[in-house]
Amino acid sequence: MMSKEVITDMKSRTLSRHFRESFKSLGRNGWMTFASASAVTMTLILVGVFFAIMMNLNQVATNIEEDVEIRVHIDVAATEENQEELRGKIDNIAQVESIDYSDKEDELTNLIDSLGDEGEAFKLFEQDNPLNDVFVVKTTNPNDTMGVAKQIEKMDYAAKVKYGQGSVEKLFSGISLSRNIGIVLIVGLLFTAMFLISNTIKITIVSRRKEIEIMRLVGATNSFIRWPFFLEGLWLGILGSIIPVGVVSVAYYYSYEFLEPKLQGHFIQLIEFTPFIYQVGALLIFMGALIGVWGSMMSVRKFLKI
Amino acid sequence: MIEMKNVYKKYRNGVTAANGIDVKIKQGEFVYIVGPSGAGKSTFIKMMYREEKPTSGTITLNGIDMGSMKNNKVPHIRRNIGVVFQDFKLLPKLNVYENVAFALEVIEEPQKNIKQKVMDTLDLVGLKHKVRMFPDELSGGEQQRVSIARSIVNQPKLVIADEPTGNLDPDTSWEIMNIFDEINTRGTTVLMATHNKEIVNTIKHRVIAIEGGRIVRDEQRGDYGYEI
Repeated sequence: MMSKEVITDMKSRTLSRHFRESFKSLGRNGWMTFASASAVTMTLILVGVFFAIMMNLNQVATNIEEDVEIRVHIDVAATEENQEELRGKIDNIAQVESIDYSDKEDELTNLIDSLGDEGEAFKLFEQDNPLNDVFVVKTTNPNDTMGVAKQIEKMDYAAKVKYGQGSVEKLFSGISLSRNIGIVLIVGLLFTAMFLISNTIKITIVSRRKEIEIMRLVGATNSFIRWPFFLEGLWLGILGSIIPVGVVSVAYYYSYEFLEPKLQGHFIQLIEFTPFIYQVGALLIFMGALIGVWGSMMSVRKFLKI
Repeated sequence: MIEMKNVYKKYRNGVTAANGIDVKIKQGEFVYIVGPSGAGKSTFIKMMYREEKPTSGTITLNGIDMGSMKNNKVPHIRRNIGVVFQDFKLLPKLNVYENVAFALEVIEEPQKNIKQKVMDTLDLVGLKHKVRMFPDELSGGEQQRVSIARSIVNQPKLVIADEPTGNLDPDTSWEIMNIFDEINTRGTTVLMATHNKEIVNTIKHRVIAIEGGRIVRDEQRGDYGYEI
């Protein structure tokens, strides 16, 4: 693209000339400017919304992954020695990170607490607790959960082994499916926006054909000729990213305010408004600039043959 | 200054516009390129400022091989070559001064030099009093003078003109020829493709005749040699 030498050697007068030219042609191609900036806008709104949702889903997934645990219900018939023996065996599995013991009274208290008002009914069971003592096992890597659970199932005195079978896997595959659909959608939109930008630049090139012809004739360098088009593409991209940054910020702010209280107490935690929204904003502006410059360079290469 | 050796040019559509051209042109010469339409004059000229590349053979300008030259070197070669066309190629939205200054601005000539150079050049072509006028306010001859001024404002060693008098009436054509003669007298090589028999036969210079992509005649102080 542009050699370093050209950029450092460029005189400020030349640079201001390029800026002037690029702004002039934005105005001259009014409707095309509007159309291609709008295409960038639509694309980036979707990119922004999708990105915010994805990042939050990822965060939730990470939270859940951290919370994945194996609950080993200990046979009621097990004596204290039997329990110690079982704990020792579980501890011997290499992937196991920690084992916590929670006796049946703790379990009942937790159950009653988690059910809130309805939990009152279960207080009756305090006299004759039907629950089991439980080992809560965590693995170093959440992916090993299933394998470890299977091993524990075979041990003596392990009455029941639970690790949220099915639901965890479904959640993860749901997240990755929506991620793939979103990526396809966004790539398609990015190309549309780029195509529109490159068309706008093409119109500029055609309307300035004579000027470019003379420039080449008298020995203007290729990078000199290219600069205004490069800048024009950049402006189109940045222009198109202003509204998305605003829309996504406002939408995320209100969504956060609305959802956060409802999610309190669940283990789901949304990403906080700042600095997340600055990162999203920077990403959108960067992507806008990128497709603008890319679209413009495509046109320049094709129609200027330089 | 210019040397062509065994130059062939075949276009993709099968037309052979140069069919083994060998020629040498020395610094300071004035050369007419004559020949019927479609004989290969324009291709000959375009290869001189590397608007076209030869299919085979070599073209050297002051020792630099134009054929194998990288594209990014071309702009610097062009700064030593002025080109004038039949249709002037002026920018309609710029006035006389701006049209000439444009050639210096786009090669990033320091601003302080531009005004002096432009005014000196416009003086040479006799348009100093019309600097603020726009191309559509000028006669054809005046427009061609602006175009010549633009081609020589950077003081090139070679000026190439493709039918510069093609759109002009006879009186105006003589005035334009006088300007080219003046430029030539100052040491600049002038290469001019033309159909103007009267001029070629009156202002005597070297004549190269091209037919079917070949040089069929090359005479010092030659004649036009064709009936119109």
